[in-house]
Amino acid sequence: MLDQFAPVAVLLVITTVVAIIVLFISRTLGPFQPTSRKLEPYESGMVPIGPARRRFPIKFYLIAVLFILFDIEVMFFLPFAVALRELGLLALLAMTVFIVFLEIGHYYAWRKGALEWE
Amino acid sequence: MFNVDPNLIIECGASGGCNTLRAIVISLGIFITLLTGFAYTTLLERRFIAWMQARVGPNRAGPGGLLFPIADAIKLFFKEDVTPSGADRVVYLLAPALKVIPSIMVVAVIPLGPPLLIPWFDGLWYRVPMALTDVNVGVLFMLAWLSLGTYGIVLAGWASNNKYSMLGGLRASAQMLSYELSMGTAMAVPILITSSMSMQTIIDAQNNPQLLGWFVFHNPVAALILGIALLAEVNRSPFDLPEAEQELTAGYHTEYSGMKFALFFMAEYISMIAVSMIFVALFLGGYHFFLVDQIPLLGPIVFLVKVVLCLMGMLWLRATLPRIRYDRLMSLGWKVLFPLALVAVAWTAVALVVGDSLGSNAVYVVIMVGASAVTFGALFSLLNRKEASDEGDVVTLQKRGFGYALMSILGGLVAIPVGIFSFMGGQVKNVQSVIRDESPKP
Repeated sequence: MLDQFAPVAVLLVITTVVAIIVLFISRTLGPFQPTSRKLEPYESGMVPIGPARRRFPIKFYLIAVLFILFDIEVMFFLPFAVALRELGLLALLAMTVFIVFLEIGHYYAWRKGALEWE
Repeated sequence: MFNVDPNLIIECGASGGCNTLRAIVISLGIFITLLTGFAYTTLLERRFIAWMQARVGPNRAGPGGLLFPIADAIKLFFKEDVTPSGADRVVYLLAPALKVIPSIMVVAVIPLGPPLLIPWFDGLWYRVPMALTDVNVGVLFMLAWLSLGTYGIVLAGWASNNKYSMLGGLRASAQMLSYELSMGTAMAVPILITSSMSMQTIIDAQNNPQLLGWFVFHNPVAALILGIALLAEVNRSPFDLPEAEQELTAGYHTEYSGMKFALFFMAEYISMIAVSMIFVALFLGGYHFFLVDQIPLLGPIVFLVKVVLCLMGMLWLRATLPRIRYDRLMSLGWKVLFPLALVAVAWTAVALVVGDSLGSNAVYVVIMVGASAVTFGALFSLLNRKEASDEGDVVTLQKRGFGYALMSILGGLVAIPVGIFSFMGGQVKNVQSVIRDESPKP
């Protein structure tokens, strides 16, 4: 079972090693003369105003939370998809009930305006 | 081509003795192919879009500009590597690697061609599968690595201490999360039909019947959804909001320079190639085409041609479509694609269960075609929906909506008898005039 994944480990090692080498190439080959003006974060040529990591809209949190809810549904979908032709009508009915509940939640989020982005 | 004694063939599967060497060779092969592919996709993009915009494009370095990728690489090698002040140094350093590694790893489970028979020095023939590995959770594997790519973007945006990067990273994360739902759901369709998540099984199932067995003909709606979602997943135009030049400079990689920038660049183009491969493998029949069954060596070439066609489709979209607005991006993902993907998967499931229980393919095909037509109709009516305007109800004289359809039907019902009546009256008059002309004058 696990030896199916052994070749993946080979590719992972190769990509990781190459990526890390590439990360340090510029430091060795390129010039390196940092000045305080050069190291300032780019803000269209102006002196940066305040830190960059400030508050951001709550919408992004909301999308993340909704994603967690609905992604579990997708993860439920794939095993169902594998087993459907074996289990037949029973699996289809069970999944229908699940999807109906899920869609009620989706509709609720929609009505509540969680998906609006003004 | 030639017959090989079956006793001399050694299957080079997952547990075979030749596994270690094969893994190393194919890993290096995938890696180098993707790197060259990345370099020449950038050139293809520049030349192709130049051609579409009636420009010449880069053509100075080498014949037809073929040396431009190399020139770009050398330029980037010797650029200064700047870390902005106030950046989180470790995360800032690691983010490009976190983006590029998943984009390469996605390809690991996709078979690039049919198994090849290779003669080796010990007089034996080895049958080597062209995928790095054929895990039984292949689709899940691809989904997992595709999602991991989000981390690189978000961390790069957060670590740069730059407002543009921060916004770009946030936008990218929200966008990729939203479209991952419909992507995962649409990927369930090939799994449903084949009852397997192994990429090899999925691709081989599409060879029966040849060409018409491709899953894009089974369920075009799911293929469309997967295409759109994959486009959004790699942040390509028209979904390139995370790097919208006009508002965010360069988005999440504004602060990156030198080879770190090159890694992001590389990751973007390798992701493009990888998602084209995924789309080809899941819906466009993988390496299967006419003649491939007879000559297995043609398999990788067919696969390459299909992938390049997909890439050119992406470039065409970039040259054609303007960038989508952010609120519409979100509502497209959550309100159109996600329910539509559920519907598409549901009808495939129903068609499979009904077809299996009746034991007939015809029922399956009929349900599939009918549901496709209905869903496409619903999709177009959704896309043509009237926008709510601030001025209230205004008569726009646009020919759409239920009332217009009703009036057309009523008008048709009235107009057809009237038309027939007037036509018949005209004919009668003609006949009368002819008779009058021919009648002898008194």
